[in-house]
This record gives sequence, structure tokens and C-alpha cells, in this order.
Amino acid sequence: MSKIHVTTTINGEPAEFLTEPQMSLLDILRDEMHLTGSKEGCGSGDCGACSVIMDGRVVCSCLVLGVEAEGKDITTIEGIANGEDLHPVQRKFLEHAALQCGFCTPGLIVATKALLDRNPDPTETEARYWLAGNLCRCTGYDKIIRAVMDAAAEMRGA
Amino acid sequence: MTYLNKADLKVVGTRPIRPDGVDKVTGRAVFGADQALPGMLVGKLLRSTHAHAKIVSIDTSKALALKGVKAVVTSADFPDIPSEEAFVGEGPMNFRDLSRNVMARGKVLYHGHAVAAVAATTSEIADAALALIDVKYEVLPFVIDVEEAMKPGAPVLHNDLFTQGTTPQPTEPSNVAKRVQFALGDVDAAFKTADVIVEGRYTTEPVHQAYIEPHACVVSVGADGQAIIYSSSQGHFMVRAYCAKLLGMELSNIRAMPSEIGGGFGGKTLVYLEPVAMALSKQTGRPVKMVMTREDVFRATGPTSGGVIEVKLGAKKDGTIVAAEAILKFQAGAFPGSPVQPGCMTCFAMYDLKDVRIIGYDVVSNRPKVAAYRAPGAPISTFGTESAMDELALKLGMDPIELRLKNAAKDGTKAAYGPTLQNIGYIPTLQAAKAHPHYSAPLGKNQGRGVASGFWFNIGGESSGSVHVNEDGSVSIVTGSPDIGGSRASMAMMCAEVLGIPMEKVRPVVGDTATIGFTHLTGGSRVTFATGMAVTQAAEKVRDELKVRAAKIWDIPPEAVEWKDGMAVPAGANAGGFDPLSLADIAIKAAKTGGPIISEVSVNAQGAGPGFATHICDVEVDPETGFTTVLRYTAIQDVGRAIHPSYVEGQIQGGAAQGIGWALNEEYIYNAKGELDNPGFLDYRVPVASDMPMIEAVMIEVPNPRHPFGAKGVGEVPIVPPLAAVANAVRSATGLRMADLPISPPKLRAAFDAR
Ligand code: FES
Ligand code: FES
Repeated sequence: MSKIHVTTTINGEPAEFLTEPQMSLLDILRDEMHLTGSKEGCGSGDCGACSVIMDGRVVCSCLVLGVEAEGKDITTIEGIANGEDLHPVQRKFLEHAALQCGFCTPGLIVATKALLDRNPDPTETEARYWLAGNLCRCTGYDKIIRAVMDAAAEMRGA
Repeated sequence: MTYLNKADLKVVGTRPIRPDGVDKVTGRAVFGADQALPGMLVGKLLRSTHAHAKIVSIDTSKALALKGVKAVVTSADFPDIPSEEAFVGEGPMNFRDLSRNVMARGKVLYHGHAVAAVAATTSEIADAALALIDVKYEVLPFVIDVEEAMKPGAPVLHNDLFTQGTTPQPTEPSNVAKRVQFALGDVDAAFKTADVIVEGRYTTEPVHQAYIEPHACVVSVGADGQAIIYSSSQGHFMVRAYCAKLLGMELSNIRAMPSEIGGGFGGKTLVYLEPVAMALSKQTGRPVKMVMTREDVFRATGPTSGGVIEVKLGAKKDGTIVAAEAILKFQAGAFPGSPVQPGCMTCFAMYDLKDVRIIGYDVVSNRPKVAAYRAPGAPISTFGTESAMDELALKLGMDPIELRLKNAAKDGTKAAYGPTLQNIGYIPTLQAAKAHPHYSAPLGKNQGRGVASGFWFNIGGESSGSVHVNEDGSVSIVTGSPDIGGSRASMAMMCAEVLGIPMEKVRPVVGDTATIGFTHLTGGSRVTFATGMAVTQAAEKVRDELKVRAAKIWDIPPEAVEWKDGMAVPAGANAGGFDPLSLADIAIKAAKTGGPIISEVSVNAQGAGPGFATHICDVEVDPETGFTTVLRYTAIQDVGRAIHPSYVEGQIQGGAAQGIGWALNEEYIYNAKGELDNPGFLDYRVPVASDMPMIEAVMIEVPNPRHPFGAKGVGEVPIVPPLAAVANAVRSATGLRMADLPISPPKLRAAFDAR
């Protein structure tokens, strides 16, 4: 099977890869680009562990084909912090102990960043529905939601 | 030495950032499937398409002939293990059963049972190879339901399974693997003295642990037979032990490396992939990586049992329970080993009963072999007993918390399963529940409130921990306990407390099987208790050694040195007028005073304090759709001492959420062909953020004097009360006793209609 050449931007840097037509963006990120921060919990769009931001929208990278990345701007968990400076969402997840095993955490942080980029002042209900596609089996979501609301407040300067 | 006085603690009880936190919020943490080795092959499993069938033949020749396929294995490539009971994981395990669960031998016992595996250069080639393996089956009748499986004439899974625990032992094989009984007093006579009797039959469905990380491993076996295993599990010593047994290897020839683990809840206390990857790697001489799909996880791992719970309670008019009886029938899946025994032991352990009898049956059927799930057995049996307690309170016209207070177990209570309870905090959880504003808050239309309690033993056992003082005075800790929910933080905190230094000076790591002493797996709520005890003792030995070194530097006797706030100081004026020596001051001179300062301690910790919890749940029911919304939830628990309160709260909240899912949504649904119909997160619906309210975790601290800091296990008991707490709330909202879980909208709608 011949591979397709894709030119894209990942975490602000130009990137190129060769992909077979059926490969998912998640497989490309994890296996070709060695960005293993995005996780596979289901491969069917039901858990959100593979969430990345593509042209400003949060998507399940397991449901996106590698070829669809052509010309797109992709942000993964590895691109959320600014060097050693954690993004406020990452910091608040740590301060609120919003993770136990941490497997859902990359997807939740990416999805939360996308939420706050779009809606800096979500209600708790809005946050819960926005994140309803990101499963966490460990925490019961309590501390996650607190971290999200606190990060939103900090980013608004409230 | 103990540190039970909370006022003296500087680190324990605070809420620092966990040491592995940054890795986990930046994507740097390496989980099972993130591991890769050069030259790695992809391993995949072929799974049974029948619920029950004889394997007539397996032809692998076409698969082997495919370009890129490096090996194909079947049960013929594994030793045929004789029956042998062992205790390696979270419960008893028969090595033969485990081996046959990992790779079917002669018979497939459930849809999804592994029958063959391939190793190939790419995932696509591996898939193509699986399609070329020709398995001839002779299809057998199957049985899914537990009570069906118990009936005479039911299809028998194992011809050599004769019920244990009955006299005389039957001569005919059946699906009932075991009968267990726990009793105190004379129940039949005691029921005759009761003023009020309630009886009920309750059922639960199998539910999966549903950790978000599927099972994954990379295994590499060298030409000299030395194997290295990277895998996500609750215990790499367990992985090593099982793989050695299943492949006939020596323990020292296997090095098991712990990766980060993306949730387990008991479900990662046994092996599925590792022995298969090991066999494939042995044959190919190359590393083999295996990762389950979510469908594999649902079809072939976990879940916990579904069960039938028959309960009878007898009480005096004033609420004193005079007799209690329960009969439990638990599905074990394809091999014996349901948690019916702990189910029996826990379901009345909250109460001080003189006359009580609990009988349990462990029953096999054509389902995946069950695995431990958080307080194994207790949520199932306690759903029955705590629903019955609610019925009793109604019948007596008594407040449900008052009824529980009247009968509550306290220090000195003899439990039906044997021991006399000590240092327990059940009554304080009930008192706190009663006094909590939640309990008296007003309720609206279609709303109701339920309460329920729960018990879990908690365990101790073997753990190792080492503490190293580095040359610059910083400290490293190694333990053998995979960190599943923040235990690195609690280990570092206990060590820092003992040494009198800030927690940030202490870096904890999880060592592999070759770098730290044997440590039993992460389960049974044992890590903070047992591994924490090992780390604390190792830190104390290091502290003693630091005093010895300071004494050498000062040239005074060691008894004349005291350790205070992370410094060696002279014990008094007589000892001499020396300036305090910090850890760094002493560490830098270590070479001159006797060499490296380290200590490794291994313990077999005894005296884990049992956990008790009481939960309050408010629901609102939509009579039109039958949909139940949890509006408010308060979980009160005796935690002994919270080392890192945030992670203790997290355990309580997470356990409660899993219990709510169990009560309302989650179930294994089988079709007429004996296939699981919902093997994915779309149809097996775990609670999502929009389903849940905040969960208020209330921690009561009744310290456990058998642990240096008073800790009790906290991870398991929070999943015990929610099933009945939710059902009791639904009853309060609707007047309907929902005795069969889950209380899904169609079921509740049907109950409304039937009224
Ligand atoms: S892996 Fe993509 S949604 Fe689960
Ligand atoms: S922290 Fe484990 S799944 Fe969310």
C-alpha cells in the first residue's frame, strides 16, 4: 500500500509524515511522531482520552484520519505548557488533585483548554456538558470540575 | 514508633502537589501502551466466536505462511499446568484456571476467550494472519444466568468441578464450585423472637471496572532466556509470578517493570497479555507488544460478578435486630473464584448481631472470568442487606440512621466472619450523617433521599521500601507498589515527616522486581498502610543512622544526638556546644563517616483497620422517562488518618461515582447467542461529568494504632454503600422498591406502569 505525504503543524511546529490512508491521527501522533501523551481508551470516539485541538476545535484524534491533518494546526497535550511554565489548567489540575491515575488527564486538559478558549466564564453545568465526552473512571469528576472552574476564574483574572 | 498526635504533624495531613503530577499533566508519563522497544513486533489474539465449544482443531499453517508473520501460538505452546491454588493476586487463584483463561485449552468457555495469538511486523499483517487461522469448533450448549447455571441439567462447564463445602461432596460435576457459610448463634430460633420480619430478593448485574487504559504490555525475551516485561498492572511482582508459573520459568529470569497504570480498581490484579507476549517473544527472539482494544477489555477481562442476594431480617419493635440471614449466589464467570466469600463476610459486618447466618454459592457460567473490583463482593451483598435495612426502617417507622445506630458494630463487636472489631469508626459516620445539613435539607417533588452504610476489611501484607540519602542531602525513596492514585505522594510525605524535611526534598519512585524487595500488589487498600509502614520504618532507620553520623562528626556518643526539624542537634548542654548539622551537612561527609546512608525495610504488615462508610444520596426521578438524576451526594467515611486529604477525598468520590454507575446504568447485556451485546463505552455507559453532582467527602479520623500515622485503607469501602443508597433514595422518591440493578430508565418506567 502506498503512503500519503502529509504536511501539517503540530504544537506550533511544522511537521510532515507519511501515512497509510486508513491510519488515524491518533496512531500517527503516537506511533510516527512519538507524541504518546494522547491516549487511546477506546478508539471509537467514546472516551475522549485522545482529544486534540485541530484548527481551534477539540476532536477525538482516534476518529480523525492522518490524511485529514493536511494543512491543519494541531495542538496536543505536549503543546499545552509553555516550556517549563504550565498552562493554568494544568496547574489547577495539580493543585486540586484532579487526577488519580492520570490516564484521562491529557484529554481532559486539552478539552478544558478548548472550552476556556471559547467560553472563558462557563457555568458548572456548561463545563460538565462540555467535558461529558471525556471519561474519567477514577475521580467522580468532582475535583476535575473544581479545577476547571478555578482555572477559568484565574484566566479571567477574577 | 508512632506519630498519632495530629498537632505534631507538619507534612502528613497537608495537600502538596504530587511528585509525579507534572508528568501526568504534560503527557510525559509512560503508560503501558506508550512503551516501545527497537525491533518490536505486534502481537494479537484470536478470540472465540462461541460462548461454549469444544476446540476440535486449530490450523495455523496459512497464517504462518503469510509474509511478515513471525510466530503463531496456541495452548500447545504453553505448559499444561496442573491444578494448584495460590494467593498471588487479590484473591485465591488456581494456576491451571489462569493458564486456561489466558489461552483456551480444549474448550472455549465464553465468547471472546483467547484461542491463538500471532506476532507480526505490522498491525495490519497481524489482523490478516488472525483471519487465516482456521479453528474448528464443536458448539456446546451454554448458560449465562447464575440461577440457570445452578439448575440440574444445566450445561456443565467443567467435568471435574464438584461442589466444595457441602457434605457429602457431590459425585456429579456441576457449575456450583463452592458453598461457604458464616454464622453466629442460632438464627432459626432467633427469628421466632422477632416482632417484625422483612424479606427480600435482590439482584445485581456484572459490571466492569472500566479503567480507561486498556491492558498493554511489551515483553522481550533474550536468547539466554532472560525476560523483561513492561506492563500496566496493579503489581509487577504479581505479573512476574504468574508469567513464571504459566511459562515454567524461574523468577530470577524475569524482570517486571511497572509502567504508569491508567486505572485498575482490581481489574489489573491478574495477567491476560503478558504470558502470551512472552511466548511470542520467546519464539521470535524479538520484543512483542500487545495492546487490548476496548472491546477485548469488555469481552475478556474483569468484570465483577452479578449476583442474587436473598435477605431476611428480624427485629424487635424498638429496632433491635434479633436475627439476620442472607443467601448469596455469585457468578464467577468461566472459572471458579467469584468474590462470594468476602461478599458473605462483609454484608452484615456493620452490625452487632448475635444470631446471623450467611450462605454463599460460587457459580461458573459462560462469561469472562471475573476479576477483583474495588471491595470485591461487598457492594453486591451489601446492596441486598442495606436495601433490606431500609425496608425494616420503613416497617418499624424508624429513621434509617437511628435503626443503624441502634444496631451498629462498635469496639468489641464480634463479626460473623470471626474477628472482634477494634478501633472502628462506624458510629461516628452515622452520627456525622445525622448531623450533616444534607440529611435535613428539604426535598422537592419527585425527589427522595436514601442512606446506606458499608464495610471493608482492608489488608496489610508484604511490602518493601527503601530510603536513600543522596550526596547533597536530598532523599530518594523506592517502593514496589505501583502508584495507581497518588501513593507516591503519601510515601514521600510520611518519609519527609519522619526526617523532618520538606516533602519536595523527597523523590519517590516505583522500583521494578529487581531493584526492590518483594511487594504484594496494589489492592485491598493496602499501600498506604503496608508500604507506608515499610517506608516509615526505613526512614526511621535512616534518621537513626544520621544521628550516628553526626555523633561521629562531633566525636560524641550517638545517644547525645537528637534529631529535630531535619537537623542533628546536641541532646543537651552536656553533649557539647555544636551547631546543628543538616541532612546535607551529614550527607556530604558520609564517605568519611561510614559510607552511603540508606535503608531498605520489608514488612509483612498486620493490623489493617477496617473501613466503614455511610452515604447520603438525593435523587430526582422523572416519572415520564424513568430517568433518575443524582442531585446531591455526601459520603462519610472513617479514614483512620488522611495522609494526603485530597487524594483520600478523591478515593471516596471516585468510589461513590462508580457505585452510582453500578446502581443506575452499568450492566453486561447478553444476547440469545451468549454474546456480550454492549462491549464499548457507548453502550456500556459509565457515569460522565454531566451525570454527576459534586460529591461531598467527609473524612472522620479514628486512627489505627497499628500504623505509624494511624492510616486505614480508604480506597475500597466508598463503593460499598452507593448501590443501596441510590435504590433507597429512589424508593423514597417513588415508593417503588427497585430490587434489581441497574435502575435504568426502562426498568423504572416498567415499575411505574406495573403499579
Ligand atoms: S480513544 Fe478516541 S475517544 Fe477514546
Ligand atoms: S484519573 Fe484515572 S481515569 Fe481519570
